[in-house]
Amino acid sequence: MLIRALADEGVEFLFGYPGGAVLHIYDAIFQQDKVKHILVRHEQAAGHAADGYARATGKVGCVLVTSGPGATNTVTPIATAYMDNIPMVVISGQVPSHLVGEDAFQETDMIGVSRPIVKHSFQIRHASEIPGVVKKAFYIASSGRPGPVVIDIPKDCTNPNEKFDYDYPTKVKLRSYTPPGRGHAGQIKKAVDELLAAKRPVIYAGGGVVQGNASHLLTEMVRTLVGLGAYPGTDPQFIGMLGMHGTYEANMAMHHSDVILAVGARFDDRVTNNTAKFCPNAKIIHIDIDPAAISKTVRVDIPIVGAVEPVLTDMLAQIKAETEIKPDAEALKIWWEQITQWRARHGLRYEPAQPGEMKPQQVVEMLYKVTNGQAYVTSDVGQHQMFAALYYKYDRPRQWINSGGLGTMGFGLPAAMGVKFAFPDAIVACVTGEASIQMNIQELSTCLQYGLPVKIININNRSLGMVKQWQDMQYEGRHSNSYMDSLPDFVKLVEAYGHVGMKITDPDQLESKMREAFAMTDRLVFLDIYVDPSEHVYPMHIAKGSMRDMLLSKTERT
Amino acid sequence: MRRIISLLLENEPGALSRVVGLFSQRNYNIESLTVAPTDDPTLSRITLTTSGDEHKIEQITKQLNKLIEVVKVVDLSEGLHIERELMLIKVKAVGAARAEIKRTADIFRGHIVDVTPSVYTIQLVGPSEKLDAFIEALSETSILEVVRSGVSGIARGEKVLSI
Repeated sequence: MLIRALADEGVEFLFGYPGGAVLHIYDAIFQQDKVKHILVRHEQAAGHAADGYARATGKVGCVLVTSGPGATNTVTPIATAYMDNIPMVVISGQVPSHLVGEDAFQETDMIGVSRPIVKHSFQIRHASEIPGVVKKAFYIASSGRPGPVVIDIPKDCTNPNEKFDYDYPTKVKLRSYTPPGRGHAGQIKKAVDELLAAKRPVIYAGGGVVQGNASHLLTEMVRTLVGLGAYPGTDPQFIGMLGMHGTYEANMAMHHSDVILAVGARFDDRVTNNTAKFCPNAKIIHIDIDPAAISKTVRVDIPIVGAVEPVLTDMLAQIKAETEIKPDAEALKIWWEQITQWRARHGLRYEPAQPGEMKPQQVVEMLYKVTNGQAYVTSDVGQHQMFAALYYKYDRPRQWINSGGLGTMGFGLPAAMGVKFAFPDAIVACVTGEASIQMNIQELSTCLQYGLPVKIININNRSLGMVKQWQDMQYEGRHSNSYMDSLPDFVKLVEAYGHVGMKITDPDQLESKMREAFAMTDRLVFLDIYVDPSEHVYPMHIAKGSMRDMLLSKTERT
Repeated sequence: MRRIISLLLENEPGALSRVVGLFSQRNYNIESLTVAPTDDPTLSRITLTTSGDEHKIEQITKQLNKLIEVVKVVDLSEGLHIERELMLIKVKAVGAARAEIKRTADIFRGHIVDVTPSVYTIQLVGPSEKLDAFIEALSETSILEVVRSGVSGIARGEKVLSI
């Protein structure tokens, strides 16, 4: 009845791994064809694959694992989804009810273990609760500020011999949970007046814009307001990512702005640098679906609690209706000139590579060229993640998929699998490093089983690049445990898994080999690309400073 | 600043652990906590005391509101309210001190609820400060054991916390 409920909920894919406590459920899976089960090689990958699927489609990702170690292996992906507000339902098996609490074989209190990293969780106590709980779990996971939900089911509650009337609810009602919808009209009017009067406006768009399916509205608003900073990435009005490794012009514009419109963003520490010095002259308008996100780290002047999409729609209507306040065209022109100057001075750039060497930035730029900017790009965590964020221009929402909040190494490959299941015809590239990829490399086997021709761009610098960068900067170059001198031969390894591997050390071969790889549309190709190991990610915020305090290269600072 | 926060939450297994977990997870402090079902058996009422500046208290109430099982949250200390705490205190009562303890308990409107030849057990109800003051007043005698219930609170006047 669990599988029937999932099918009724419209679940296409269930990423999972069987075990003792979920054998009844797996037997039910075997006897139906509505919900397709994807067998991974490690439960962590099941979680990240469901996450990648959810990020690419906006639907709820679904995971099924057994009790004990099966369940605890999903802790990292649950925390990853929690930090980035990804809708996900994780179903964990549990030992039979009569053994709960007795330290039975493969028993873990999954509700307790996962409590701080879930939006909500449900402990099933009787089989008849299952349909109602499944309905509630999917509703909670996908509504409001989305997030992961755990359902823990003791084995006896899935016993097929226990029959009862099945009725899948059509509606959910929870007296204690009503996700916000439209924003407060008065606040919206105030925000619009403030924005129209602004001389140096900036739009700071967060993940909530993507999650709330509102990016089309933001694009329109940017055009309407002649403000800054939204999709698409190739638009000249897009000034780039902000924050610790944000672009010079984005951070400078934030610091000097007089009005910031923050949409579905949360002012986290990797964005703001020192909050006491954050954007001293700016009035902050903050649209967010979660009241707790407002004024959490940075004091907000005009809060608007609501779903991004209706709020932006109302704001646009308000802007069109506004007759009294006109945008200050002269001031905006001066502001744009200023931004153009910043961009000209320190736009994204890097030192060219020595002859015969390659820079990691070059690899990402080549990936952009070879895929015509059309690929779904997943990434792991570290320097390559920042290069992939900065040097690939994303024109569509949901095209860029990475673990932003938790920073989970090992995320990239399973997430790419999830994307590929969702969009089998799309180009899916996983930009990774030789360290991150080894955290879930066993999934190459899953990719073979299901014929997933993702492309893996392994930016190989023979070290934990981001750790090494910090050690270079703050620990006088003492590379404590950030260096690997026993790397596998990735080409052989990938071939052993039944895929195609190519090693690239010569910059002259980068384009041809990458094109060759993407031309093999039915094969997984792993490109092991050797890059300059000494490269650092710039710009980089100077710790404890403001938004404008940045290192721009190994020798320059603002 | 000390605050008294009142919550209504679903009377379900695990709901309390989410509230308590939130406090430790986000580095908030709980000074006292009381919890029991209400007249509606599907709801529990929690009163907890905590401390922090306005920004912190705002975050605490917002984060509590986010918990799915929490139905309502009120910061009682924002308005006029009544707070009460129950204390049972066991003291050594021998010789001249015996009469003196009885007198002090009377002054504080406490009741002696159990007696042995050498021990009084006193019950006292009131705001936390009154309980503190009573302990202070007994400081000359030897206190054997103190148990306090934690604060329960309710708003004054017509204001009602219900769904």
